[in-house]
Amino acid sequence: MADEYILKADNITVQFPGVKALDNVQLHIRKGTVHALMGENGAGKSTLMKCLIGINHPDEGGTILFKGENLKLSSPHDALSRGIAMIHQELSPIPEMTVTENIYLGRETMNGPFVNRKADIARTRALLERLNIRVSATEQMKNLSMANTQMVEIAKAISYDADLVIMDEPTSAITEVEVKHLFQMIENMKAQGISIIYITHKMDEVFAIADDITVLRDGQFIATMPAAELDKDKLINLMVGRTLTDIFQKKKAEIGEPILSIRNFTRKKEFRNVSFDVHRGEIVGMAGLMGAGRSELMMSLFGVTKHETGEVYLHGKKVEIRSPKDAIQHKMAFLTEDRKLTGLYLILSVQENITMASIDQFCGNGLIQHRKIKETCETEIGKFNIRTPSINQRVELLSGGNQQKVLLSRWMLTDPDVLILDEPTRGIDIGAKSEIYRLMSDLAQQGKAIIMISSELPEIIGLSDRVVVMHEGKVTGILDAAEATQERLLSYAAGESDDYRGM
Amino acid sequence: MGKLKTFYQKYGMLLVLVAMVIIISILEPNFMQVTNLMNVLKQISVYAIIGYGVTFIIITTGIDLGLGAYMALAGVIAAYIAQSASTPGVVSVLAGAATGIVIGLVNGLIISISKIPPFIVTLGMTTITRGMALLLTDGKPVSRLNESFRWWGGGRFLGIPTPIVWLIVITFISWVLLDHMKFGRYTRAIGGNEKAAVISGINIMKYKVLIYTFSGLCCGLAGVILAARVASGSPSAAQGYELDAIAGSVIGGTSMMGGTGSIFGVFIGAMVIGVLNSGLNMLGVSSYWQDIVKGVIIIAAVIVDERKKRAKI
Repeated sequence: MADEYILKADNITVQFPGVKALDNVQLHIRKGTVHALMGENGAGKSTLMKCLIGINHPDEGGTILFKGENLKLSSPHDALSRGIAMIHQELSPIPEMTVTENIYLGRETMNGPFVNRKADIARTRALLERLNIRVSATEQMKNLSMANTQMVEIAKAISYDADLVIMDEPTSAITEVEVKHLFQMIENMKAQGISIIYITHKMDEVFAIADDITVLRDGQFIATMPAAELDKDKLINLMVGRTLTDIFQKKKAEIGEPILSIRNFTRKKEFRNVSFDVHRGEIVGMAGLMGAGRSELMMSLFGVTKHETGEVYLHGKKVEIRSPKDAIQHKMAFLTEDRKLTGLYLILSVQENITMASIDQFCGNGLIQHRKIKETCETEIGKFNIRTPSINQRVELLSGGNQQKVLLSRWMLTDPDVLILDEPTRGIDIGAKSEIYRLMSDLAQQGKAIIMISSELPEIIGLSDRVVVMHEGKVTGILDAAEATQERLLSYAAGESDDYRGM
Repeated sequence: MGKLKTFYQKYGMLLVLVAMVIIISILEPNFMQVTNLMNVLKQISVYAIIGYGVTFIIITTGIDLGLGAYMALAGVIAAYIAQSASTPGVVSVLAGAATGIVIGLVNGLIISISKIPPFIVTLGMTTITRGMALLLTDGKPVSRLNESFRWWGGGRFLGIPTPIVWLIVITFISWVLLDHMKFGRYTRAIGGNEKAAVISGINIMKYKVLIYTFSGLCCGLAGVILAARVASGSPSAAQGYELDAIAGSVIGGTSMMGGTGSIFGVFIGAMVIGVLNSGLNMLGVSSYWQDIVKGVIIIAAVIVDERKKRAKI
């Protein structure tokens, strides 16, 4: 019994200000198996993993037994030296250094006071060969493809003689062939007695590779089962745990005249001949796979990049949008995909973030009217239900959902007619998600035209009045809410339909 | 094609240097005389030495604005000791070096413990050290230094002028540190991706302190060399030297974004500035123009560096 499990974590609770990220969760990993960890965004998967590598620390009462011993970790490095390695979704190589230098960083072979490069290169070569990774040991990391960077990270994890390797969405950026290679490598690792925690959203992968599956939902442990006893539907049911109508309570909105129309919009390498309308009070969902060109299309529409041919009409009049400034003047608003990178001023306060796009409203005689800002921001915080101790709180200290609401509030102060939302609920928990949905539904009721890009089909189906599906830069289908089923959306997104003839 | 590009990236500035030397020697044949070339090396000696130190700092994405002021304080202290005719020069040299080490150590500790940006910390340290130098000397240069001390900056060792010997020794040490020891590797790791370096178990604090201390040591020695060469420790010595040193480092390919830099490159960078100074002088170009030309070259070098970076993304 003691030998069967390499890791037994029990009663794990982690609290962040205002959020209970994990509530009494357990995770038991059998030795030499692949254990898939499943759950929606915000279910607590990464928080749990961070407990296993010493970034988060569970509250009193939680225990982690690793190889039969009580595990108390102080840092990721501590975890590594105990035999737990994590391959992060955002890989973190040092780009200017070579493969060898990256793998053995902090563990160089020394020759007196000098680094013995030859020895390190030799052991890197041996390691890469053993794992059948075809990368030069002396290549700089910045010259490697995503897949090879990933392979090097895996090699690095193995080089620590890790007994437990955590892989966070390892296939999110690699091709089919490379996935096969990865799976082979995982089989090899299993054969050597290494256990693997595998985090993914891709169902096919789970059933292809996992021995056991643990499901988390909203920070709670739902079940651990052998993969053989589950199928796709059962798994989804465990993950979602509720019917979709509970989350998406879309109110009926009056759908009016077209507000935004785009015609034959083309930027050759990204999207071609895209045409559709968005009406007053309507939410148009944009579905498609990663790389279908949806975000790129929106960037062009908003004037961030230039389109090559095609027209944009607002309220029936043709307009030229050459820059985001033009777009804002035409009453458009754009919530970008990566709120931290392109949306928020992380180190600035909530009130500065809210008023940044509409600061002119708060200026009298060239001076900023702080009282007016305070009043407005307090109203906004109430209206959008932003949970923050004060309007002067730094926005980086807010949870993802509240950050997103700050951004929504920023754009609503500019009083836009057209609202573009790119992955508006990415990485935020389920409670905040349903609040964002409610806000979107309210805004549609107020007569805004909304375009929403989302990779989550339930979200698309639950909220959209119409769905535009794209595949490799082309629109492959425009469906009404009633026709938009998961199956149809997927087949359009895979480019399997060509009966679409434009508007 | 790929090879040519790497060659250009690695040795581009060397080609620029060679071109500069050729052009200047056509315009002014005396430039190529051995004595003049020795002079150029003597002149760049202190710039290159403090340039090496600050290169380690720049690789970690830090900066030190006080190099010249640290040199002045170290020079003044060394000179004080060298006023006594009986004290061997090496004592002065060690005192100057120790001064630099202490300054660097303090910088490193403040920066790594308080997390205040290096720009601010070293800005403060600049005026503190310059003020201390003025306080110690009452604003007057310390002169009448003993022969034994003056040899360390004005003498010859095996027939080679001592500043050039210093240059060779420190170049070698810096190269070993950066390319062959953990010290240099961790310097690049910190600048390349600090978080990844932490996860790899590197003691960031310790290495930052060591890096600033090494740079302090370089300044201390450079201050000593300068004082010994001109036979006087002046509290206002080495004004603006940090700019030429940082410029040399950047021209030599050290990236302000962190992660990359080479000692060979910094040497070439310092040579470019030295050749420029000396050549323009010999050609009779006014020093005002020299400043302008130098500024243009620095900006151009950084633009080229940025381009190299961007091309890859």
